[in-house]
Amino acid sequence: MQERHQLGEEAITRELFRPLVSTPAMMWVGFIGLGAVLAIFVFAVSWMFYWGLGVTGLHRPNMWGFMIVNFVFWIGISHAGVMISAILRLTQAEWRRPVTRAAEVMTIFSLMTAMLHPVIHTGRPWRTLYWVFPYDFWRNLWPDIRGPLVWDPSAILTYLTGSTLFLYTTIIPDMALARDRTTGWRHVLYSILALGWRGNERQWKMQTIAGFLLSGLILPVFVSVHSIVSWDFAVSLVPTWHATVFAPYFVIGAIHSGVSAVVTLMALMRWLFRFENYIRLEHFDSIGRLLIAVGTGWLWFFLLDIFFAIYPQEARELEIMQFRLFDWPFNVMTALIFIFGYFIPVPIWVFQRFRRNVKIMFWTSIAVNVGMWAERYWLIKPGLMRKYEWTFDWAWYRPSIVEISIVMGSFALVGFLLLVFSKIFPPISVWEEKEGVHFAQQLQVGKRRVNAIVREF
Amino acid sequence: MPRWGMVIDLDRCTGCGACVVACQAENNVPINTEDVYHQRRAIEWIRLERYWEGEYPNIKARYIPVPCMHCQNAPCEPVCPVYATYHTSEGINMQVYNRCIGTRYCAINCHWHVRFFNFWEPKWPDSLKNQLNPNVTVRSRGVMEKCTFCIQRVVKAEHQAKLEGRDLEADEFTTACAQACPAEAIVFGDLDNPNSRVAQLVNSAVNERGYRLLEDLGTEPSVYYLKKIDPEAAAEEHSGH
Repeated sequence: MQERHQLGEEAITRELFRPLVSTPAMMWVGFIGLGAVLAIFVFAVSWMFYWGLGVTGLHRPNMWGFMIVNFVFWIGISHAGVMISAILRLTQAEWRRPVTRAAEVMTIFSLMTAMLHPVIHTGRPWRTLYWVFPYDFWRNLWPDIRGPLVWDPSAILTYLTGSTLFLYTTIIPDMALARDRTTGWRHVLYSILALGWRGNERQWKMQTIAGFLLSGLILPVFVSVHSIVSWDFAVSLVPTWHATVFAPYFVIGAIHSGVSAVVTLMALMRWLFRFENYIRLEHFDSIGRLLIAVGTGWLWFFLLDIFFAIYPQEARELEIMQFRLFDWPFNVMTALIFIFGYFIPVPIWVFQRFRRNVKIMFWTSIAVNVGMWAERYWLIKPGLMRKYEWTFDWAWYRPSIVEISIVMGSFALVGFLLLVFSKIFPPISVWEEKEGVHFAQQLQVGKRRVNAIVREF
Repeated sequence: MPRWGMVIDLDRCTGCGACVVACQAENNVPINTEDVYHQRRAIEWIRLERYWEGEYPNIKARYIPVPCMHCQNAPCEPVCPVYATYHTSEGINMQVYNRCIGTRYCAINCHWHVRFFNFWEPKWPDSLKNQLNPNVTVRSRGVMEKCTFCIQRVVKAEHQAKLEGRDLEADEFTTACAQACPAEAIVFGDLDNPNSRVAQLVNSAVNERGYRLLEDLGTEPSVYYLKKIDPEAAAEEHSGH
């Protein structure tokens, strides 16, 4: 169903290209605010490089902390792009059109941000890059492929390459559109990026096929990336990490937080760029329905993880499970995860009235991601604090100001990159919008005539 | 080919801490200041854990020295992406400092907490700079380090034996901690040489009161412990029969 006035092609082009030519006041606020946090982030990372990891709150039992939690969180967010674009494209869900571009861009930027974390988190970051990419084969010293820390960069780099190609394939027609309407340096940039796109039938056919192929090819990668990230934990012997359910649990959690982040982004774009005609209430409605399913799936795995810890009746596993369910501060955190991750948002999404309210959708999606961040912390930290029965070596973890700055800065980094992107590229896919208009038909529903798309092909 | 191992007799251990100091001096371990202890980042290749048993006034201190277990099936080894930690053919779990990038995954996956990370650049007071052991690398900031079973002593003894064209004798040398232990609670040697003290202990005492830490994980540690003989418990058991 398309609940809006019929828009002409010229109007669509003009409105969707508006962020490229004019900068709303709020955008300046965003640039300056996010830029300031980003400056703190850069300072914190440089400080850490200069003095070493001593400036973090990490110590002997807690060798991994906020940065790894944040890494898992951003990998989770990055799952949104493919979920929205590839799966919805393959299943021909019509409501994907206005959100695909933003979701894909968020995938790429959050993946890049996520990749930053394990690198800066190592003792000698300059060496880490050197060991992962580009690899110096001439020394005949090979990485240990038994270790998940080798699988991890392989999976993430594959995903980054795949989703960048996917984004680029879908952006070419828009680049040609921009090329034809700009002058100066922008014209040069868009001419290069458009790759000689003329919009003839052959090019459209190739582009469509490439889009479909890439969506199909990227789906296994999409499942594997977060599975492999979960194996960073699951292959170790730490109680409560060592669980086979981790891979699907992480994937569903990633979709939950990623799709919620897309809702946040949709609301922000609608407010910032006044895209009411494109990001419409029906889109919030549809994504809300999807989120009910995803959120419930996530809850199921969350409970399964607890169940699988209890079921084998293994003393060490039980002890840490008890610690993180009933001991301060993890008891509060457990409640927080339940309430923010499920019990506030999902019952709200059940009602169409609330699904069609942008403010409510925005705040519930924020709640989900607060809950999901806490969930990653809850999954990763307690097992380390009380690793095995060496009570002599148990210790609490307290993040330092440097780690907190890095976590906050990672949010600013993704936000800043998204803003920069929307100044250079149209944040909503123009050709997909127009395609949607062409597919629409006038249908008689009761006494009303509405624009609706019954089937795409 | 020797298979290095260790037996620690807790009945003999008095908790004096000489092993910790000797290890510190032998292996160029940085000085652990009070600050570093409070940060819980102290580096002690062998550490002395103190546990209290019972309630005041009937309280007993129990000590247990914990070096690296040199597991034959070590969980720290496969998780290192750069092969900085690997197993030698002589059963020692080695750390290559130059390869280490400091992911700290090995420390996460070591359940004896015996892998240490250099959070800060190691520093020594000027007066101690001349006592650094020339046979041991001084580790830089950002790498993991751990007990090596005094690999420099192993290599030196093997080299000497080779020069003299003979096999390594039983108990020809020992590690710094075993050498320093006044109660001779720590015994180091070749587990495969029947003449060595450590092998004899493993064959006799270990059967009676021996155990290995977290043995149920199946990692095959090379360090054996002999549990404390409790005279009261023994007397009770005796009178009971």
